[in-house]
Amino acid sequence: MTHAVPAAVQLSRQGTLSALRRLPEYLTIWVPLLLSAGHLVSFALWTIWVSFTPSTLLPVSGWVGLRNYTSVMATRNWTIAFDNLLLFGSGFVLLSLLIGLVLAILLDQRIRGENVLRSIFLYPMAVSFVVTGTVWSWLLNPGLGIQKLVNGLGWTAFRFDWLIDRDMAIWTIVIAAVWQSSGFAMALFLAGLRSVDADLVKAAQIDGAGPIRLYRRVILPTLWPITVTVVVIQLQFAITTFDLVRALTGGGPGIATLLPALVVYDFMFQRGLLARGAAAAVLMLLTLLAVLLPYAAWQYAQRRKAARA
Amino acid sequence: MAALTIRDVYKRFHSVEVLKGIDLEMDSGDFTVLVGPSGCGKSTLLNIIAGLERQSSGNIEIGGRIVDNIAPRDRDIAMVFQSYALYPSMTVRQNITFGMECRNVPRVQRDEAVGRVAKLLQIEALLDRKPGQLSGGQRQRVAMGRALVRDPLLFLFDEPLSNLDAQLRAEMRIEIKLLHQRLGSTIVYVTHDQIEAMTLATRIAVMRQGVVQQFADPETVYNRPANLFVARFMGAPPMNTLAARLEATRGRTVAVIGYGEAAIRFPVPPEAEGWNGRDVVLGIRPECIAEPTRHFSDLPGAVTTIVASVEMVEPTGAETIVVLRLGDERALGRVSPDVRHRLSETAQFAVDTRKISLFDPASGDRIT
Repeated sequence: MTHAVPAAVQLSRQGTLSALRRLPEYLTIWVPLLLSAGHLVSFALWTIWVSFTPSTLLPVSGWVGLRNYTSVMATRNWTIAFDNLLLFGSGFVLLSLLIGLVLAILLDQRIRGENVLRSIFLYPMAVSFVVTGTVWSWLLNPGLGIQKLVNGLGWTAFRFDWLIDRDMAIWTIVIAAVWQSSGFAMALFLAGLRSVDADLVKAAQIDGAGPIRLYRRVILPTLWPITVTVVVIQLQFAITTFDLVRALTGGGPGIATLLPALVVYDFMFQRGLLARGAAAAVLMLLTLLAVLLPYAAWQYAQRRKAARA
Repeated sequence: MAALTIRDVYKRFHSVEVLKGIDLEMDSGDFTVLVGPSGCGKSTLLNIIAGLERQSSGNIEIGGRIVDNIAPRDRDIAMVFQSYALYPSMTVRQNITFGMECRNVPRVQRDEAVGRVAKLLQIEALLDRKPGQLSGGQRQRVAMGRALVRDPLLFLFDEPLSNLDAQLRAEMRIEIKLLHQRLGSTIVYVTHDQIEAMTLATRIAVMRQGVVQQFADPETVYNRPANLFVARFMGAPPMNTLAARLEATRGRTVAVIGYGEAAIRFPVPPEAEGWNGRDVVLGIRPECIAEPTRHFSDLPGAVTTIVASVEMVEPTGAETIVVLRLGDERALGRVSPDVRHRLSETAQFAVDTRKISLFDPASGDRIT
């Protein structure tokens, strides 16, 4: 019995010591987590609340039900912004996926200077969207950029004026966004290609598969999980796009290149309709959830499957 | 007919020479095992035979046709990989028929071939599963099925059993051997496992640092190793290699280990006479050293009885490995599990001297 007491004391002291030693871990994980979660969750909840109030310039309490939602969805701005989002989202995701995949496959052919090329293709990622938007607004400006250059070289009939064309302006945003993020898709695809078992390629060679069949039947199917990840990341970027459009077209010409985030900004800070803006923001959040929830479910299912295997 | 001829094949990666003049010839129906420690070039050689890598110089001839400029798909070969390399997105059936699909074989013929192979390997129930749903042993079978369905001139196996646990490995070893006996196919099989080499091969090529050390049937490789490397590499526990010197005693040549009273003498074949008075390395397999009641042979002079002290015993159940002191060196013996030696005791052992190998200590080459 006399021995039991000191042992217990020693144990509890060890417990305190190890807790102290782990203090930095707790601090680095929990403080930022609480702060960011507090910000995100509290402001999201606040926005949802505001969207059900009659607030205009300043937030006021009150309940108007879904009135803000119905009126936002009835505006021309919102329908155009959502149509644009469909065009921009699908065009941007598909193109950056395709270009990223092609770049990754080309880079995977054990070429010389791969590191340099990889950095070059990935570099646009490091540029802020405002810079991308501004530079592309110069490049696409008919009187300043590509059209002027080609005209100056002698092809005077050459026209490339999508930036000021109502129907085509949305594609200029697609171009700039694809330029910015195909490198990212490429990096993920390249990692996926590199993790393909070299024996698989050898087996396919002996089976007699040509390069196209090799990629189509053997290699690309193994890239499915990466493709899904890339699509989801690009889609959530597309849905929340604001700064790129702001710098490139400012939503114009007219309202031809509006996207939901610009509509939110317009309602909240330019027209002083806080509740409508909040309703538009909540609609954006719902769109995001429509993408992210199935993805989370899919990932959960994948993990379950992996755990069973 | 020579199914595969490898003529003076070199392979260099930049300044590193991986294969240094390989010459091998395999007959139709041979089961040739390329064995050696990792980095000896055996897998590179297999890849060169398959056409997946190109030799720096030399020729490969398959079925009498030089294939140096022929793509892997047209070499009439099939290969089984260590990782199995099953296409993960395809079912077992699609995996097996992918080669035929690439060669535009009609569907009826494909189905027929799959049925035949699936029956042979007893994987009929698995045909519609994906590789991810199979166990290691089942994947191994499917990988073999993919090779068998081609009915090629030459089968190449690249360490196919290394990813299996010990029990399954032993089972698959037997199955591969049965398949070879039944189909009479020509096989080149790469492994680092000398037991696989001994049990499967009709011919073994022992490789080291890009050079073939010995190319012979398993019995010869085991009993008459060409040099010290082969002697020590093949067999577990390995062959005892002891410093000895040859002396002429009463008109006969004997190998002497140790000095003075404690010296141990073994008769050696008369062909070693030329080495009288010189140092040699004497190689003797552990199973040639046993308890004195062991009956090795009726031939007079085949068995010598020695006295040695026991340094350690390792009972394995089926037999007991004893560590003996012979002269200044240690040697392993394999005695019956009924014999119980005490540590440090001196005991008698019977030695089967017919299977003694002698090596040149300078070059390591076999003397006799």
